[in-house]
Amino acid sequence: MKKILLASLCAMNCALSFGQIGAPFIHDPSTVMECEGKYYTFGTGGGGLISDDGWSWHSGAERPGGGAAPDAIKIGDRYLIIYGATGGGLGGGHAGKIYTMWNKTLDPKSPDFKFSEPIEVTGSEVDEDCDAIDPGVLLAPDGRMWLSYGTYFGFIRIVELDPKTGARVAGNVAKDIAIDCEATDLIYHNGWYYLLGTHGTCCDGVNSTYNIVVGRSRNVTGPYLDNMGRDMIKGGGKMLVGAWGRRTGAGHFGRMVLEEGVEKFSCHYEADYDQGGRSVLAVQPLMWKNDWPVAGENLKNGTYAIISERRGYSLEMSVDFVRQQAGGGMMGMFGRNNAEPAKPLDFQNLDEVKSTWPEGKTRVRIGDYMFRPHQKWAIVGVPEKGGTLDNPYFKIVIEGTDRALTANSECEVETAAYTGADEQLWRIDQLTDGTYRIMPKAVPGTDKKLALISAGDSTPTLGKFDFSSDNSKWNLKLVNDGSKN
Amino acid sequence: MKKALFSVALAFCLSAMNLNAQPPLENYFSPATKEAATPDNEGFIRRWTLLEPITKPNRSNTVFTDSYLREAFSQEYFKNQFTMVPKDGQKVKAKCQVEVRQPMPAAPAPGAGGPNRPARPAGAPGAGPGAGGPGAGAPMMMGFRGMGPAQVKDTIETLVWHKYDSKLYNNKLFRLASGLKKTVYGVMFWAVTTIECDEDIENVRMAVGSNSGSMWWLNGEEAVLLSGDRRMVADDVISDRLTLKKGKNIVRGVVINGPGMSDFCLRFLDEDGKPVKGIRIL
Repeated sequence: MKKILLASLCAMNCALSFGQIGAPFIHDPSTVMECEGKYYTFGTGGGGLISDDGWSWHSGAERPGGGAAPDAIKIGDRYLIIYGATGGGLGGGHAGKIYTMWNKTLDPKSPDFKFSEPIEVTGSEVDEDCDAIDPGVLLAPDGRMWLSYGTYFGFIRIVELDPKTGARVAGNVAKDIAIDCEATDLIYHNGWYYLLGTHGTCCDGVNSTYNIVVGRSRNVTGPYLDNMGRDMIKGGGKMLVGAWGRRTGAGHFGRMVLEEGVEKFSCHYEADYDQGGRSVLAVQPLMWKNDWPVAGENLKNGTYAIISERRGYSLEMSVDFVRQQAGGGMMGMFGRNNAEPAKPLDFQNLDEVKSTWPEGKTRVRIGDYMFRPHQKWAIVGVPEKGGTLDNPYFKIVIEGTDRALTANSECEVETAAYTGADEQLWRIDQLTDGTYRIMPKAVPGTDKKLALISAGDSTPTLGKFDFSSDNSKWNLKLVNDGSKN
Repeated sequence: MKKALFSVALAFCLSAMNLNAQPPLENYFSPATKEAATPDNEGFIRRWTLLEPITKPNRSNTVFTDSYLREAFSQEYFKNQFTMVPKDGQKVKAKCQVEVRQPMPAAPAPGAGGPNRPARPAGAPGAGPGAGGPGAGAPMMMGFRGMGPAQVKDTIETLVWHKYDSKLYNNKLFRLASGLKKTVYGVMFWAVTTIECDEDIENVRMAVGSNSGSMWWLNGEEAVLLSGDRRMVADDVISDRLTLKKGKNIVRGVVINGPGMSDFCLRFLDEDGKPVKGIRIL
């Protein structure tokens, strides 16, 4: 009985916490890597986490060398792991060394799992204004590879590595590019290089003010300026993410580009209030606005209008539009006494109309949003059904009913009684422009990866996702109508 | 009592418009040629055989719910309406409706309604289409001064099919009616065209826009329903995936409107949303 109660509480907690589930406990996670269908990240102190789906995590990843805040990158068919062998100032001194090592796989159970001999690529001496830990690596579009590293103690520096060997490029001289941050990372987007650093107080649990800031440059070696034109070497930085929801202390950024328009970032939060204040892995949507990265949030349970980016109409169950009798508007002008106080009207509620709805499966269409019950979708995470990198799978039902959005064998969409089948579970990704992609976990009769798309202004269907088309995009607007439902 | 009835056919106030002042039919349509046509550059099908409007008074398009349209479109208005492939000039006897009104017995009580707006409870006899049904409570159009509630009366009219090529991507049914000096509001238009294909074309979708409600069939199977007080928008409502079969395919549609400028446009889209052009329209 206790087990059942605990399981129930866990399920409730997981549904409400909107964070990775299982045991996602880590500090300074490296950029999440996919390897043979599983996901891996390594943290400070050695070891790391594994996930089968990106949503539920457990310990088990293996990384030798210890030290602080590693990073990882896949180059060709190999993985390069970069790590600082010391603990920086926390270890009592600022002399440090950064190493790289290769592996064909990240799966410790694979016969191919074997790290190459570590190669020292840079370091810091005890009397330098630098602390050579916390590496972050970028393979630039021109094929050159760059490494940033450092902490609050002095400068963040950048050096060039050889992407074929993982060694330092001969003759390369380190350059100072920032101060006042640590756990940096470099990324590239649309002609800009970005330096992301972690600012604020580390390692103080719920009191940690850790936050991730960003500056950008047209050159990988800087200068990196924030949105105010302030150089990060003078402490500049535009905040990407800090404390929010029930988690504090965002740090150690890592970027994942899943496909065009679908990006995520990983980080840790110093403390998750729903996890006893432990440091946890987080994966959230990454958006872009005016060529600045913007942090999206894990989708929260709620009642939403699902609005097409194509026309702006709302996904709705195909039922008769039932007129409200309240009237008003221009038609009420005649004979109305405007001296009388205006009384607020109630929205139409489910009980007023559900008897007019057909039983059983009902097709879905897109129409003018009018706050009507057949247009209000309760989107609820179903963590026990698994998930993807930044969200659990969701069921999407007409609020107050079990009429669930369902993919059918004709690759069309309808509502049907919720059973928990894969065709009623939906993956929801916030895209880089802030809109959403909505995909069924499975479509009966096909292995194709399909998404909810607009076939026309008023007609949804399932089709191939295309980020360049507004047909593939949806907006989710929380319904907060103050009705008495 | 019968003598006291003051009948008013075609009761909409706007139906009294001066049809002589309307633009001519040839601005919008030309007679179909004997040669097969093709879709236009955007894939829209311009060749249709159109039936002169069947009058079916509706004072507001807000009554056009799915249920209302399915019921209205399932009725038989003329013989073989779901199977015939009409020829240009062919005539049919069609069941039409007209509104009949009688004078108001007395002036409306002050405050009971606006000017020209007789007070009547929803659902009362003569309260208009949809009263008590899905569209109950729809706003009423202003009636004629001094006239009472309308009643709908069935009549039989002889109507003619016209095979035209539209000069526009869409088919301006309103201008078909006004050009033929027929009723323009509170009407229903039937349309048929024949599409010939060299091979089966699978996974196409019928894409329709119409003002106002409409229903469309491909080879006798329902393809799309456009409900609500709808304006014509290209690619508004899209069918499920269909197959245009090798040989002849019959596309049939019906558009209903109250006080609106009736028209429609239709094309087929392929799986990638691109217009289907490799077809002939007979």
